[in-house]
Amino acid sequence: MMNSLHRCCQRSALLLHVARRRWSSSSASPPPLHTRLLLFLTQRFYDVEMLLSWRSQLTRNQLQKKNVYYGYTQRFYGLDIASAYFILSLKGGFRFAGQSEWFYADQKGKFSWDFLNHKDTPLEEVDMSYTVINYRGLCNLVLDLIHLSSESQRSLRTLKLRGCPEVDDWFLARLHVFQDSLEELDISHCPRITTGGLAALRNLKGLKRLDVSSLPGISSPGLVIILLEEMLPQCQITATGYDYNLNEAEGEEEEEHMQRQR
Amino acid sequence: MSAWRRLRVKLRSVPGFLVSIRPTQRHTSPYGRLTLCRSLSTGSHLRNEFFKDLEAQLAAFRKKAADALPGSSWSPLQINPNLPPERADIVIVGGGVVGWSIAYWLKQKEMVRGGVRVVVVEKDPTYSQASTVLSAGGIRQQFSLLENIHLSLASADFMRNINEHLGVLNEDPVDLQFNQSGYLFLANEEVAHIMEENYSTQRYAGAKVSLLSPTQLKQKFPWVNTDGVVLASYGLENEGWFDPWTLLNAFRRKAISMGVIQCYGEVTDFKCTTNVLRTSSGDTVDLKRIGSVKVQMPNSLEYQPVECAIVVNAAGAFSGKLTEMLGIGSGPKDSIAGIPLPVEPRKRYVYVVHCPDGPGLDTPFLIDYSGVYFRREGLGGNYIAGVSPEEAEEPDTSNLEVDHQFFEERVWPGLAHRVPAFEKLKVTSAWAGFYDYNTFDQNGIIGIHPLINNMYLATGFSGHGLQHSPAVGRAVAELILDGNFKTIDLSNFSFRRILTQEPMLEKNIV
Repeated sequence: MMNSLHRCCQRSALLLHVARRRWSSSSASPPPLHTRLLLFLTQRFYDVEMLLSWRSQLTRNQLQKKNVYYGYTQRFYGLDIASAYFILSLKGGFRFAGQSEWFYADQKGKFSWDFLNHKDTPLEEVDMSYTVINYRGLCNLVLDLIHLSSESQRSLRTLKLRGCPEVDDWFLARLHVFQDSLEELDISHCPRITTGGLAALRNLKGLKRLDVSSLPGISSPGLVIILLEEMLPQCQITATGYDYNLNEAEGEEEEEHMQRQR
Repeated sequence: MSAWRRLRVKLRSVPGFLVSIRPTQRHTSPYGRLTLCRSLSTGSHLRNEFFKDLEAQLAAFRKKAADALPGSSWSPLQINPNLPPERADIVIVGGGVVGWSIAYWLKQKEMVRGGVRVVVVEKDPTYSQASTVLSAGGIRQQFSLLENIHLSLASADFMRNINEHLGVLNEDPVDLQFNQSGYLFLANEEVAHIMEENYSTQRYAGAKVSLLSPTQLKQKFPWVNTDGVVLASYGLENEGWFDPWTLLNAFRRKAISMGVIQCYGEVTDFKCTTNVLRTSSGDTVDLKRIGSVKVQMPNSLEYQPVECAIVVNAAGAFSGKLTEMLGIGSGPKDSIAGIPLPVEPRKRYVYVVHCPDGPGLDTPFLIDYSGVYFRREGLGGNYIAGVSPEEAEEPDTSNLEVDHQFFEERVWPGLAHRVPAFEKLKVTSAWAGFYDYNTFDQNGIIGIHPLINNMYLATGFSGHGLQHSPAVGRAVAELILDGNFKTIDLSNFSFRRILTQEPMLEKNIV
């Protein structure tokens, strides 16, 4: 038993040496006590490691279940109703083309079934802010057959994805199916989007309004916003929430202050 | 008196805790700086030295006593900890992205914990000549062979869910820095029909590609000179470039966390058992089975023979040398043993150029029909460019020196012709890397060698190894553990096509 524990420690020490990035990439302060305790136990006991990996696997499975492909709904009710049902079950909101009222689901997930009255009306505006939609869930808004060209929501004009934790670069790359119709896109506050994903917006040539505020994933926001504006000349880009100050200036001021004190 | 006080302080520190005591601390000046205390008597100075030595000696004595007493793991016979184990199930020769991908998938597919013992042997810990890290890092689905398209699609799927596959508990998530910018192939009149055929194959296989006419191309990318271009093929999704070092390290970290043993050493010899069979016409055929692999430690005469059941040849550009050690290629000319593994290193140059007025964020990985390619690198107006040299002017492969004349003669004219903004550029850096070039048909060789029962080949990808590595790793793991391909059928890439001389050529436009 001592041997296996010793080997486990050796292996975890080796693991820590292999390509280890600094812990403080996302959080500046050391992690809280219970996290540190769990980390300590995980590096020493296989059981704790197994339980924690089961837990993360469970959260992943639940996420995938929420984003599952609503195949039966599509077959029996058509693409539009299936997309509408998917959006409502993820607590989003939408508006049909030609209608003026929005269909929303409330905090507890309850929604009215009135949207069933509007069969075969495509969706025009979709608001999925703060939902857990990911790449798999996007297939519910896009009908994608291998042999035919992809038939998507041809009249989708607005897509709001503010603050979605699972929207990443691959999701943005999939948005090319809406390249003819999409006019407004809001991807502010999404933590997983990086510069490489913003390059994927090159296909949306019809975009008129784009909101990329407060994206924590992009490293030099000022430069990226300028390049985005060059890439999409007809688009109005909103990019608030970035600190464009030069950090070196503050450091120099502190040094001068210390020197004056001496 | 002060000497006694210092002695008491030192004795208190003796039980194992090394406390740094500055004996001159009480001599601080009012200006906050320590003035050196020169004691006037030599006797107390010698006594200080003696007690400092005493502390160190007592610590060493305690350590030696703890080691000598029973219960410690010290032994006078020091074994080199870097040696590979004496016995392993599968030895993967080559620690590049293909080798580590195979190791990861083998561990992923084993049914029980510790089911297969996998050792990955890599000869260069710095990866200075490895093709993986010197690659441009692009992935595309625009091939003409269905197998290649499926491999790329599967690899893109893998990279999309990379944290699900390669995420390690309590470690940072993997960030490949994937740029979703797509590939753009340009075709002139002669090769446009090939491009159209390839387009329909790609759409059939599920790749998201679109064809563009010259006017559409000019509209989308105003910086392109559409002179001579008749058709363009543009990837919409799952294409782009990423950081190969991150992918390699992600595979390595996850594989090691699952129990793969990493070893730095060079495979110099094999010990095989040979079965001599006689054909009906009287010729002999030697069927070899590898019994053990001799791994030589770097910069040392030490070696360790590793007994193994299966050897995987993922050595990339150096796979040909490995099979030569087994006698492949040195038999009589018209026998199977006389056919060598047709993989050899080919040097390719990559130049980093800086152009302030160049194309912007939407620059795809542009490949011209003349063979010149370039892609954006970072956000500061830097680009990576290169060209595949002709057969006649293949550079010398004994080193990785860069030929800058090659850029002036072959790359720059093509670049400047295609993108007028590139007439004013400056080469900031360059490097060279090896392709594991398959001289037969420039596609990968995956499968068992007919004359060596337990050697699996996974090499010869000729520049596409990185982008196919996750899917190829899974395919080889299926071959080894399940006996046959389960997800993508790569039986067309087996060694058999080299024996029957039926090349699987890519109908590319370059």
